[in-house]
Amino acid sequence: MTTTRTSTLAIRTPEGVVFSMQLASPITRFLAWVVDVVCISTVTSILGVALSLLSIINADFSRAVSILVFFAAQIGYGFFCEWLWRGQTVGKRLLRLRVVDAYGLRLQFSQIVIRNLLRFVDMLPAFYLVGGITTLLNARTQRLGDLAANTVVIRTPQIEQPDLEQMLAGKFNSLRNHPHLEARLRQKITPVEASLALQAIMRRDEFEPRARAELFARLGEYFRSIVVFPPESVDSITDEQYLRNVVDTIFRPRKRNV
Amino acid sequence: MIIDLAKFIAAERPVWNELESILKKIEGDPHRSLPLDRTRRFHYLYERTASDLAKLNTFANEPETRRFLESLVARAYGEIHETREKSHRFQPLRWFTTVFPQTFRRHVRVFWLTVAITLAGCVFGGVATLLDPESRHVTMPFGHDSMKPSERVAQEEKAKHDRFAGEKATFSTYLMTHNTKVSIFTMALGMTWGIGTVIMLFYNGVALGAISVDYIADGQGKFLAGWLLPHGSFEIPAILIAGQAGLLLGRALIGRGTRKNLAERLREISPDVVTLIGGVGVLLIWAGLVESFFSQYHEPVIPYLVKIVFGLVELTVLILFLSKSGSKARLPG
Repeated sequence: MTTTRTSTLAIRTPEGVVFSMQLASPITRFLAWVVDVVCISTVTSILGVALSLLSIINADFSRAVSILVFFAAQIGYGFFCEWLWRGQTVGKRLLRLRVVDAYGLRLQFSQIVIRNLLRFVDMLPAFYLVGGITTLLNARTQRLGDLAANTVVIRTPQIEQPDLEQMLAGKFNSLRNHPHLEARLRQKITPVEASLALQAIMRRDEFEPRARAELFARLGEYFRSIVVFPPESVDSITDEQYLRNVVDTIFRPRKRNV
Repeated sequence: MIIDLAKFIAAERPVWNELESILKKIEGDPHRSLPLDRTRRFHYLYERTASDLAKLNTFANEPETRRFLESLVARAYGEIHETREKSHRFQPLRWFTTVFPQTFRRHVRVFWLTVAITLAGCVFGGVATLLDPESRHVTMPFGHDSMKPSERVAQEEKAKHDRFAGEKATFSTYLMTHNTKVSIFTMALGMTWGIGTVIMLFYNGVALGAISVDYIADGQGKFLAGWLLPHGSFEIPAILIAGQAGLLLGRALIGRGTRKNLAERLREISPDVVTLIGGVGVLLIWAGLVESFFSQYHEPVIPYLVKIVFGLVELTVLILFLSKSGSKARLPG
């Protein structure tokens, strides 16, 4: 298990496969905590109003229940949410963070309890100063609670299955009219360039229209210079279409001679 | 240059989908155990997906697919390589009567250390009060330094009305939550290599020793026993057990006499720490109820002898519970 400078936790399985998890930054964690504090305050305020109705029956009982509920919400919020959502609270869900075992193993209930109880020390003297300093000093951005529980907080961006078909299949590719030039393109292009073209196409809908046009213009100019195709095949198409054709050329399944 | 990515994804996607569906089922119900054939299949799917990830890392530079596979492999790895026993469905009664006392006994030497530290504090506090009566302003908490014990006793015994009338439940829950917070804090300070826990235990001992000597020297020993024993017989051991949990954490951090690394030591001790602090919480609920509804009432409302006997019975029950309960039961694993 290693931690790189880019705040990733890399885990090597006994099978020799390495996978990595992106560690959450202290600032993101602080923001998640702020959201959680707001949640706890909201819940306790609502319950406080509801419980005040009990004072109609008995004021002493109402106050006692309020103290217990407030205490339970303060202490139990972290346990409950992280156990229910496998390492996430409302704040962590919103900011796409998750508590995981530092060895990549299943998160245990005892780990959740320990890391939450240790908040009593991490929040000293105020606003998680001890915890904050510890996360800054620790290579895996662990606060004392995480150290004791052997947990880390990671980023969990939305990960969906890659969908290459929607851009590669069933569309006309003018470069296919020149198989020898396609072969040269496959030969000359580097893996990094191939990945760049693929990423640009896959993420094209994430860009602002103007940025998208500028990006594809620059990429188009660059990729057109790698292999020069005849003008009748490329002049009438946009830079984005050209990139799509390049990606199709590189990643398209090819028939092999048996 | 690159593996045929589209073909590769198309061919392997059913495997990834199947692995993901099994993972969702396992993650949805942590207590689920797969039958042998499904476990084998799960293992096969994990290995195949891990191999796909290795292939992708070696032959292609495609971050989206790699991230997706990394996330799948990471989730499956956590389930497959976990060697700690799967947590059983929580059974509160069994946990309290068996797991908690067994855990306490397993680390009883650390408990005796907490007793020794507290007693050292008691001696210090007591001697300080005898030699330097002015030290009471530093050593005695909760305003006990503001009047002589005999004055307080006279005041309590002359009281015509119940000063906790209409506030018993509130006072009781306040005591429970306050003491629980102090206990958690005592345990959590174990992360200072146990130093913070030792200071907390010693300080509690100082306060206890100073107050006790102050009352005894003023001829109020019977009042003191009747006041402290009913709730103290649970509250003081509870704080000591919280200290026990804190010192376990501290010992794991120091790691003397073991070759295991820090993470392994903490991993090993964390279930016991949680059990001990959970047991402390239960003991403090009882202590809070007794302190609010019983301890604060003195003669002539409740004879001191009754209170002392009640406290001694409680202490005996607690000692028997911690030393004997669940001794014949075997814990899984």
